[in-house]
Amino acid sequence: MNALRAAWAIAAKDLRIEWRSRTAILTASLFAILVELIIVFGRDAGTVSYAMLAPSVLWITIALSSLVALNRAFLLEREHGALEGILAAPVNRSALFWGKWFANLVFVLAVVTVAFPLWVLFFNVEPSTGLYGVMGLAVLGAIGFTAVGTVFSAMTVRTRHAELLLPVLMLPFMLPPVFFAAQATMRLLGGRPMEELWGWLRLLALFDVVFLVLATLIFPAVVDE
Amino acid sequence: MPPLLQATSLVRRFGSVTALAGVSLTVDAGEVVLLLGPNGAGKTTLLRCLSGLARPLRGTVQLGGADVHADPSARAGFGFLSHNALVYEDLTPRENLRFAAALQGLHDAEVRISEALERANLTDRADTLVRGFSRGMLQRLALARATLHQPALLLLDEPFTGLDVTAATVLRERLMAEREAGTAIVCVTHDPAELWEAATRVVILVGGRVVGAIPRPAALEGFRDIYAAALAA
Repeated sequence: MNALRAAWAIAAKDLRIEWRSRTAILTASLFAILVELIIVFGRDAGTVSYAMLAPSVLWITIALSSLVALNRAFLLEREHGALEGILAAPVNRSALFWGKWFANLVFVLAVVTVAFPLWVLFFNVEPSTGLYGVMGLAVLGAIGFTAVGTVFSAMTVRTRHAELLLPVLMLPFMLPPVFFAAQATMRLLGGRPMEELWGWLRLLALFDVVFLVLATLIFPAVVDE
Repeated sequence: MPPLLQATSLVRRFGSVTALAGVSLTVDAGEVVLLLGPNGAGKTTLLRCLSGLARPLRGTVQLGGADVHADPSARAGFGFLSHNALVYEDLTPRENLRFAAALQGLHDAEVRISEALERANLTDRADTLVRGFSRGMLQRLALARATLHQPALLLLDEPFTGLDVTAATVLRERLMAEREAGTAIVCVTHDPAELWEAATRVVILVGGRVVGAIPRPAALEGFRDIYAAALAA
């Protein structure tokens, strides 16, 4: 119970600070929009249709803007050595992970909320019930991304080049969920039967569960000196 | 009566460098211990091991009988203050203290926060963002955060660094008040004069080893010769 309360306090503190400055969320949202625009204008209209590109673009956008968002997760703990204040408190290290993870998840989903309608607009995605499914997929994907990102963000924050190291460490771990989610999105938008979808959903959910458990277990060792 | 803090045979290495080579330290309730030594002696490393921030390779740290590394709740027994304020600039002092209270699991947080802000002379700035605070104000807030849960032991890592004379005097007075209230203090410092009057014992570290642990001599001048001899030995 104490760990849950501490995790909530950490998440609420992060969200309050972000809400107050809005710097990172604006930057990440703008970044997501720019990624979509670059692909729209970089597309060879004669050979590649919007329908073919749309699923991949959505997930590339979410993955890359998550990186921008996750970079700030532990950077704000560097000011005045604030992380030490948490680590010296009578709080389990795992509570720090869960608090940070939840704040990051809300943060990434906020960026997705901005990027999603623009993706529908830019890529002529037909409004259908499948779009609700894609939104659900975005939540499922973000859970895994942020679990991995929270651990790597904590790992790199004490290094001199945290902003450079995080993408290099994180992107390989993003490949499987991006692949699973893009496959599921393609089938959802194509109106394919659910049997074709379940396998990809299970893989995405498995990725989330495995990395949430792994992250919880290894996080204390990551933040301990 | 068992000591308040008992660190036993602490060993800590950074690669091939041994920062702590089997350091043991006990602190009784109400004691004020100054940890002195030259740069690289292992003072800060020792304090970080005592606070649970760093895990020793070998050895244990017990506070009130509980291992601070194995049992997170043991860390409720101390407050940690360093030359960093450990606060967030985009929160107000009140919000920073609320966050600290939540981590400590305090139930009567609002009352304690109001009292802490008053003691820190920050009541009139309680609801303005910390961004832009002077170093002295930051350190007063840091001490309010470190003592909010009324710990039995304060661990201080060069808390006077960067403070002007007035701010250092205010901090010293606040620490003396904590001592009067029965709080034990372990203070890492380069300058024993900063907390000399409050100290009950002086521990000298050189090369990751305790080379001297003596009751505080009456006069600081006399101690300087003892200190120089310990460093030379």
